[in-house]
Amino acid sequence: MRVAKDLVAASATPMVLGILAEGESYGYAILKRINELSGGELDWTEGLLYPLLHRLERLGHVESSWQSVTGERRRKYYRITKTGLDELAEQRRQWDTVVDTLKEIWLNRSDFRSLTANALGVAS
Amino acid sequence: MTAPDKNDELEAQFAQWRQYVQRRHPLQTSDAEELEDHLRGSVDELIALGLRPDEAFLVAVKRMGSLDDLSREFAREHSDRLWKQLVLTGETDSPVAETRSRRDMLAMIICAAGAVVSVKAPQLFGLTFDDDGAFYARNFSLFALPWLAAFLAWRRRASPALIGVLVGLFALGAVAANIYPLAEDSQSIVVSSIHLPIALWLVVGLAYVADDLRSSRRRMDFIRFTGEWFIYFVLMGLGGGVLMAFMFGTFQAIGIDPETFVSEWLLPGGVVAAVVVAGWLVEAKQSVVENIAPVLTRLFTPLFTAVMLAFLVTLGLRGRGIDVEREALILFDLLLVVVLFLLLYSISARDPLAPPGLFDRLQLALVVSALVIDVLVLLEITGRITGYGTTPNKAAALGENVILLANLAWSAWLLLGFLRRRTPFTALERWQTGYLPVYAVWAWIVVLVFPPVFRYL
Repeated sequence: MRVAKDLVAASATPMVLGILAEGESYGYAILKRINELSGGELDWTEGLLYPLLHRLERLGHVESSWQSVTGERRRKYYRITKTGLDELAEQRRQWDTVVDTLKEIWLNRSDFRSLTANALGVAS
Repeated sequence: MTAPDKNDELEAQFAQWRQYVQRRHPLQTSDAEELEDHLRGSVDELIALGLRPDEAFLVAVKRMGSLDDLSREFAREHSDRLWKQLVLTGETDSPVAETRSRRDMLAMIICAAGAVVSVKAPQLFGLTFDDDGAFYARNFSLFALPWLAAFLAWRRRASPALIGVLVGLFALGAVAANIYPLAEDSQSIVVSSIHLPIALWLVVGLAYVADDLRSSRRRMDFIRFTGEWFIYFVLMGLGGGVLMAFMFGTFQAIGIDPETFVSEWLLPGGVVAAVVVAGWLVEAKQSVVENIAPVLTRLFTPLFTAVMLAFLVTLGLRGRGIDVEREALILFDLLLVVVLFLLLYSISARDPLAPPGLFDRLQLALVVSALVIDVLVLLEITGRITGYGTTPNKAAALGENVILLANLAWSAWLLLGFLRRRTPFTALERWQTGYLPVYAVWAWIVVLVFPPVFRYL
């Protein structure tokens, strides 16, 4: 199953902020984590992730720092800020509303029951 | 990854990849580094899964997807980067470039300060702008251009021999400007005040092409430099005008008249410093910003062609000769200069290998119509010069006309040959760059030889 592009784009911000809320991280690790949590269903590209990180940095939701890892290599770590946490809370509230509404619709309509069961099966 | 040569191979592949990435404008060095770290993470993981390093690299690059898509995504977030920025201080990506640009800036500041000091120095000997205007008019280019040449020679690491030649030529200019007993209202003083800057500008050109004096490419670069320098200089002049207007307005509002400061310091110092700063800007911005002179050329070539053709048609219909006033020859000289510049700057931006197109035809029409007009003017004027005797003004204007006419006539011939695919485009380029010394020689003749020949008229 492929998640539609618009949905991926819309959900990317809360996902990145959510992962960074767990602790500072860097691009590759964030991508791995998303892949892992979605069971390989969400396959983000670098072209999605890095510009998004840069936008969040411009908006002040995250801040970055270069840290040296083995040898000559430097790695850009991202950390969530106070405004980022606020933004995450706000996004979460909105997403809860969306998800709750969808659940209401789908769970209360018997004709959709089988379909919902399928969807839940995939998600879990 | 244990074998060192395997590792080297992988590093070489990374280096190559980095080069590809850095060629994309929306991707900056820091982005390249971040993406490289990503790629390395991916490669390490694949190696851990049992792939050979080169296989792992290929797979990892493939996974990252095409750089086109990637840079398009980056451009969407960083749209400002598509507007290439001219970074003047710091913030350049590599430390080497940063020290270089900082040193350039320091040298520029020293040279600009030197120019300001030299324009003010004569006041120590009692020469004021008000009373000795003629002295400053004659010498103005000598205050600024040697400093610009010094900046360029420093930047090019010119050889001691060339530096000697530059110093000698500027000294010669200083001698020529001041040795002759010319009256303040004489024609010769006007003529040499116009020609000395031209002669000295070509000396600056010598400093500019210091690394390869005979190269046609370098001379073309100097022509490009001249155009861009001029545009920057004019823009700074406009900015300076606004600055002065505000200075007058604000200080007069508190009852202080800043006129002395402006006319004694800000204006003369600003002009000579701007000469150096404009040169530095052109050097610093090379390849960062699109050149403006060729763009203007593109806009104005059709317009000038239309005006000149209309002029010729009207002239033919009315059936009357050109009414040649005293200044007419100078006006038509200037017209030829404009046509020459239109030609030069479109050459400077043209791909020499591109096949002839509509614009080249337009250019031929421009040059030919300018030539026809000029020949008509020359026929009209020769009788008058022989009738009234020659003056420095007339002789200089006539000489320039002949030089420009020769240049444009041969250019038209070469353009025609190019349009008929007989001669390559580079022939035209080489002709123009090879012609530069002719202007220099003529300007020096006017400055050095004219005053004694015309008995300091």
